[in-house]
Amino acid sequence: MRTMSTHLPIGTAAPDAADGGASHRWYPKGTHITIRGLTKRFQDATIYDNFDLDIPKGKIVSVFGPNGCGKSTLINMIAGILPCDSGQILFEGKEARETRIGYVFQNYREAVFPWLRAIDNIRYPLQYLNLSKVEQQSRMDRLMESFDVKLDLQRYPYQMSGGQQQLVSIMRALVVDPEVLFLDEPFSALDYEMVMFLRERLQKVLVERRTTTLLVSHDLDEAVLLADEVLLLTKRPTRVAENLPFDVARPRTADTTITPAFIATKTRALDVFQREVRKP
Amino acid sequence: MSLAHRANAFGARLRPLFGIAALIGLWAFVHATRAVDPVLLPSPLEALAAFWNGLAHGTLWGDFFKTIVRTVTSFGLALVIAVPLGIVLGSNEKIYESIEFAIDFFRSTPASAMFPLFLVLFGVGEATKIAVAAFGAALAILFNVAYGVMSARKQRQLAAKVMGAPRWRVLTDVILLESMPQVFVGMRSGVSIALVIVIVAEMFIGSTDGLGQRIMNAQTIFDMPDMYASIFAAGLLGYVMNLVFLVAERRFVHWGGK
Repeated sequence: MRTMSTHLPIGTAAPDAADGGASHRWYPKGTHITIRGLTKRFQDATIYDNFDLDIPKGKIVSVFGPNGCGKSTLINMIAGILPCDSGQILFEGKEARETRIGYVFQNYREAVFPWLRAIDNIRYPLQYLNLSKVEQQSRMDRLMESFDVKLDLQRYPYQMSGGQQQLVSIMRALVVDPEVLFLDEPFSALDYEMVMFLRERLQKVLVERRTTTLLVSHDLDEAVLLADEVLLLTKRPTRVAENLPFDVARPRTADTTITPAFIATKTRALDVFQREVRKP
Repeated sequence: MSLAHRANAFGARLRPLFGIAALIGLWAFVHATRAVDPVLLPSPLEALAAFWNGLAHGTLWGDFFKTIVRTVTSFGLALVIAVPLGIVLGSNEKIYESIEFAIDFFRSTPASAMFPLFLVLFGVGEATKIAVAAFGAALAILFNVAYGVMSARKQRQLAAKVMGAPRWRVLTDVILLESMPQVFVGMRSGVSIALVIVIVAEMFIGSTDGLGQRIMNAQTIFDMPDMYASIFAAGLLGYVMNLVFLVAERRFVHWGGK
């Protein structure tokens, strides 16, 4: 395994622009999202200052870092729901609004539409894709098959448990077959049994479809467990501290967390994290 | 289920009626003891008989109906004007900020203070009563709709946006539905304001019919049973209209409070 390599195999936070072009040579599988010169300030605090990052296509990237370093801010800017002050974010050359995006919010209660039945929540984004009725239905069928859900989707979200609502939210994000999926701490408010179930289904679908995925997590175990790469951020102004690959075979389950490869990567991530947190 | 338990459950169901029963009991007691002149305070049965006879054989139903028509007309007018305006106002912060003070000022002005002005504008007739009532109701609805639209929480709007919904679809699919509970608050207070103004207008601006005018007439000729019957009719009207909106809200905004 080459998990311990400390050079940056796919991402870079080098502030000087000269590195940006050259770094493309590192990605044999191609870059999906390129971020250049990203700057974001909140009042007096500079969160990002001339931030560069490349995100590879078809992989799951976990974003992990100290409190307040702007993990969610980063993915919200990439997803186009939070404006940046300056800089450029492109998806294979396209803008966010030209890209099919799936987004799963942490707070599922305020993300699903309570006035729609679960099934209509899931179907909702399909209307913006210009698909025929037949094609829309086949998307729905394919999704149902992948997730193999046993719950009654004719119910309204408020008649469901938290985990079921988040499942609806995840299915709604995936029904459009997104080019990029954003997950903002999607499992942090759920009971463990549901978390295991959702992680398993999500991994299955993402690996099947090879969807580029950005996962923000405050749980290091989860960040490493689900990731092809763990993107470790510094305190603000935020830079990439390190980008750790983790290429253990899938599906990864709770058992994966006791393998030596997992422990080694997690230990390394923890070292970097603690080093960054201790910096003044 | 034991007998005692059943009796308990029965009692719980009747509990909301205790207050009204106590009030009628007190009324009957005061009447029976002649503590108040019986001319001023007839017995509950006399008042009930006046209500029933007025509806079945007399002119009470006609006045009742007139008041309903005026209230519903002015409320409908207010709704048609205030809802679209409220949406525009609520979804545009700059417009809202520039006229918030004006709305707040007129909302705080008693609509009855506008009677003379509206009399000059619309003359002594049906139009004035409806216009003043619609004015008062519209301000209450406008304010609540604008507030509901403005305070709709952002996350669902972002969710719709990220799914590719254009701005107007975010408005129709998310913001309007988010603001529904507040819109219903506005409609309930709007309809009760409309009723209050219609009754007052019927009393004082050259009316020949309506519950307000009937209450005033009955009082003038000391027909106390009919006065109480008419007051009861007005109360019933307000209560039923409020109830209609509560039921409609529960059905339509089924997700509210959950």
